Amino acid sequence: MLTRRDTLAIGLGASALAALPLTASATPVDDAVAAFTGGAAVAEGGVTITAPEIAENGNTVPISVEAAGATEIMLIATGNPTPNVGRFVFGPGSGSSMVATRIRLGRTQDVMAIAKMADGSYASTAVEVKVTIGGCGG
Amino acid sequence: MISRREFLQASVAASALYGISGFGNWSKLAAQQALTQDDLLRFDTFGNVSLIHITDIHAHMKPIWFREPEFNYGVGDVRGQPPHVVGRDFINMYNLTPGSADAYALTYEDFAALGRTYGRMGGMDRVATVVKAIKADRPDAILLDGGDTWHGSMTSYLTQGQDVVNIMNALGVEAMTSHWEWTFGTDRVLEIVADLPFPFLGQNIFDAEWDEPSEDVESYTWFERGGAKIAVIGQAFPYTPIANPRWMFPEFSFGIRDERMQEMVDEVKAAGADLVVVLSHNGFDVDRKMASRVQGIDVILTGHTHDALPEPVLVGNTLLIASGSHGKFVTRLDLDVRNGQLMGFRHKLIPIFSDVITPDAEMSSLIDAEREPYKDQLEEVVGTTDSLLYRRGNFAGTWDDLICDAVMSERDTEIAMSPGVRWGASLMPGDDIRREDIHSVCSMTYGQVYRTEMTGELIHTILEDVADNLFNTDPYYQQGGDMVRLGGLGYSIDISKPIGERISGLTLLRTGESLDPTRSYTVGGWASVNEGTEGPQIWDVIESHIRKLGRVELQPNTSITVTGI
Repeated sequence: MLTRRDTLAIGLGASALAALPLTASATPVDDAVAAFTGGAAVAEGGVTITAPEIAENGNTVPISVEAAGATEIMLIATGNPTPNVGRFVFGPGSGSSMVATRIRLGRTQDVMAIAKMADGSYASTAVEVKVTIGGCGG
Repeated sequence: MISRREFLQASVAASALYGISGFGNWSKLAAQQALTQDDLLRFDTFGNVSLIHITDIHAHMKPIWFREPEFNYGVGDVRGQPPHVVGRDFINMYNLTPGSADAYALTYEDFAALGRTYGRMGGMDRVATVVKAIKADRPDAILLDGGDTWHGSMTSYLTQGQDVVNIMNALGVEAMTSHWEWTFGTDRVLEIVADLPFPFLGQNIFDAEWDEPSEDVESYTWFERGGAKIAVIGQAFPYTPIANPRWMFPEFSFGIRDERMQEMVDEVKAAGADLVVVLSHNGFDVDRKMASRVQGIDVILTGHTHDALPEPVLVGNTLLIASGSHGKFVTRLDLDVRNGQLMGFRHKLIPIFSDVITPDAEMSSLIDAEREPYKDQLEEVVGTTDSLLYRRGNFAGTWDDLICDAVMSERDTEIAMSPGVRWGASLMPGDDIRREDIHSVCSMTYGQVYRTEMTGELIHTILEDVADNLFNTDPYYQQGGDMVRLGGLGYSIDISKPIGERISGLTLLRTGESLDPTRSYTVGGWASVNEGTEGPQIWDVIESHIRKLGRVELQPNTSITVTGI
């Protein structure tokens, strides 16, 4: 379930933090993905994330993930100090492979979801959620 | 006939959408002082349905000066596309004549000089005359208000929007959507909505706690007109809780929610809609993207970004209409709706030249009655301006230069920040500055002027963040509005770069030194979205500054260098 995190201040200073590079080197995100897939190949697509383009409140961002036919979904906040958000397991009694929750985002980042399908394959998608200081509407 | 241009839009379906759009060709008439109300209103009634669109009036009930922007850059796919076309390029794109009435209404060039010839624009009593004339042609024309209506004047502030509500109800609005309305707070908004004689729409307004469509706001409404069943779906400003203080309406969540927009379109079509209209406060670029993603919308009446376009923009078979701001224009859109399809249209952006259009007597007296209790406060002269005062433009305006000067001087700070909103009327050189003219550019329910310290690094971060709201190449990440205005600071901006790389060369103007990332600077500003902000109200700060000056004269602002355009 949701891990509580309270390390990052949301707001004015947040986007000054350096971007976390998503490179081939081992990062907390790579570690989280590898721990879930065991290093298996991950296809793009087949997973739908619904999230606001710009978070109204970075402390509680509504996110839902749907992946038809998935037996497990792993949700990762790639820019948080602890990227693991949660791993959701769907049993035979699950109505659909869909999960909705709220997560804390420390800064603007990609939220990634990886689905494990019934045949053991993996699929993923990611969306960018901006955590902004706020602008000035017209 | 005054229409100039024809559109032929071949579609893959058997039918072809055809239409005509006219703005006018009154330059000769106007030059001969012969421009008449009949010229402005002439329209060959077409089809079976008429829409009348007005938006972003920001509580401006009386005629005003309003200078259109000199700088309005588009990035990515919309670079150089309307509405990101200004001045001479705009005149060329739409075949206007420089110096003509239409060029004066739609562009910034020679604004002060042309204003002497063509006069103020807008005024809800003139708008009432236009609405009545259209309804004389087409009695069941639908009047739709795109929002940013109740906020933006001294009287609306003092009456919490009631004066505007009374006037818009008398005008006969039949549906509206919203943005700044919410800054009156949840209780006041719901109190007004309960008494509105028409629906207050927003399919994207959700209950923040349950993340479900709000029960206080309807998603869409129906009209049966001209034998057609018309659905009007509302879309409020998606970033209201970010651009404005969320704590004032914490029960509500907004967002673009285009998947739900598609559901709503499918739902009304399944229920037999012959025509699907979206009454939107997304901002033009967001609407343009939404039109490409959501299938089945016939017309989007755009708002928020204050663009006035003399012709619709077509995205697939969806018509995007941009009707300006501050009551300066009204759009009439006649539609031919047959067999559950939009077959054709005729469009006219009607400029409200206040000296040409006779005010509606009933509406004039209603407006004056609303002003009467406050008249002396509103009209008290606090100074005179020798310079043209205006706001619109991506980076700076003379009104904002004056406001930043006032904040730095009255609050004794090194740097001032002023929000890049797009509302507020202009003043001509030589004009008196009355108290309500100041409120026109700063009225709000969170106008406290804070004084704080910020490091150079934080100031840089703020500028990068706001610049990304304006110049992100994905419109869904834009919030509309313009760049935060700065006093005491100069900078360079490359609008083609990503966030974090646009702003450079930050310079403290009074010393000419580079901004030190580690040093703290005193900063004054207003319109903070944070709860509990303390300080005097911005209009009092500006008034005090102007009274000390007596006469306002501003030098051109040369402190910002823009590249990557």
